[in-house]
Amino acid sequence: MRRVAGAASLAFAVGLCGAAPAVDGPRSGAADMSAELQAMQRDDGANPGMLWVADGEALWRRPAGSRQRSCASCHGDATRSMRGVAARYPAYDAASRRPIDLRGRIEACRTRAQGQAPSRPESAEALALEAYVAHQSRGLPLAPPADPRLAPARARGEALFRQRIGQLDLSCAQCHEQHAGGRLGGSRIPQGHPNGYPLYRLEWQSLGSLQRRLRNCMTGVRAEPHDWGAPALIELELYLAQRARGLNVEAPAVRP
Amino acid sequence: MARALITAPRTAKRGEIIEIRTLIAHPMETGHRNDGQGRLLPRDIIRRLRCDYDGERVFEAELFPAIAANPYVVFTTVATASGTLSLRWEGDNGFAQTETVAITVT
Repeated sequence: MRRVAGAASLAFAVGLCGAAPAVDGPRSGAADMSAELQAMQRDDGANPGMLWVADGEALWRRPAGSRQRSCASCHGDATRSMRGVAARYPAYDAASRRPIDLRGRIEACRTRAQGQAPSRPESAEALALEAYVAHQSRGLPLAPPADPRLAPARARGEALFRQRIGQLDLSCAQCHEQHAGGRLGGSRIPQGHPNGYPLYRLEWQSLGSLQRRLRNCMTGVRAEPHDWGAPALIELELYLAQRARGLNVEAPAVRP
Repeated sequence: MARALITAPRTAKRGEIIEIRTLIAHPMETGHRNDGQGRLLPRDIIRRLRCDYDGERVFEAELFPAIAANPYVVFTTVATASGTLSLRWEGDNGFAQTETVAITVT
């Protein structure tokens, strides 16, 4: 019963009051948040992530790099051209012949098409653009591509998800599958879905990417975190997207 | 960059109470934290938020180190006449930002 009530409040949180969500499907972390935090996420005037989205909108139109091209020069109006894009990432990049996540895609545009230097991980600029692009998919279900070229990487991602790591000898699955819904200290353990990223975390007092979250968890179990943009992290992101298939994109979400 | 979000009604009836919601990007560094090397991070906060309604001060707030980053401040005022609401944030290290919102009162 509690689960049903939670799922209903999630639907409210992402502004989809009509359709009843599947009770046994993946459950967004938003459903386990306090009513106040859900309201904060829902309200664009109170959601601090919207500050980054507003920045991203300005960056989208600003010509940059050696070619003095803006994102809009090629992609036009993001509200149309970027609708649903974030819901399909990570995806296979034919040019580099490997899977890339949304940040990787934006970086590729930045270096190849604009002729800019690569951005630092978690730089305000990179987060703002990613937030702006992801925001265009808000309310759409995650739809990871069925591209067979992604399958091996996705399988490696799942293996990593189930691999015990670190001095605490814990896998992602032990917390986020076996003990999801339970408590760790005072906090509810979420199922660990990637549908709100980049998101504003109160603990960070800032917007942050999924990789920041993953590296946080790795440090939390006293493991050496993978480097920013490492193939292992992309593979994990691929599996997480598959696992959360159908959950609505909430970017920029708010989390405690 | 657009670093402040203001939500206020564009139009209001005379005498109506209107709500102004403000969100501004700012680290609100307390001055009590250390960096990775153990050095104290200098304080960097917003000290004051003021709102003038056609030149008349209708709201003023002092902010302190315990306030979270990207402070969100909501206040109300009475719509008296068509005009502009001018919001000004001031803080450490010469931080100053002004945003204006036009309101039509009928």
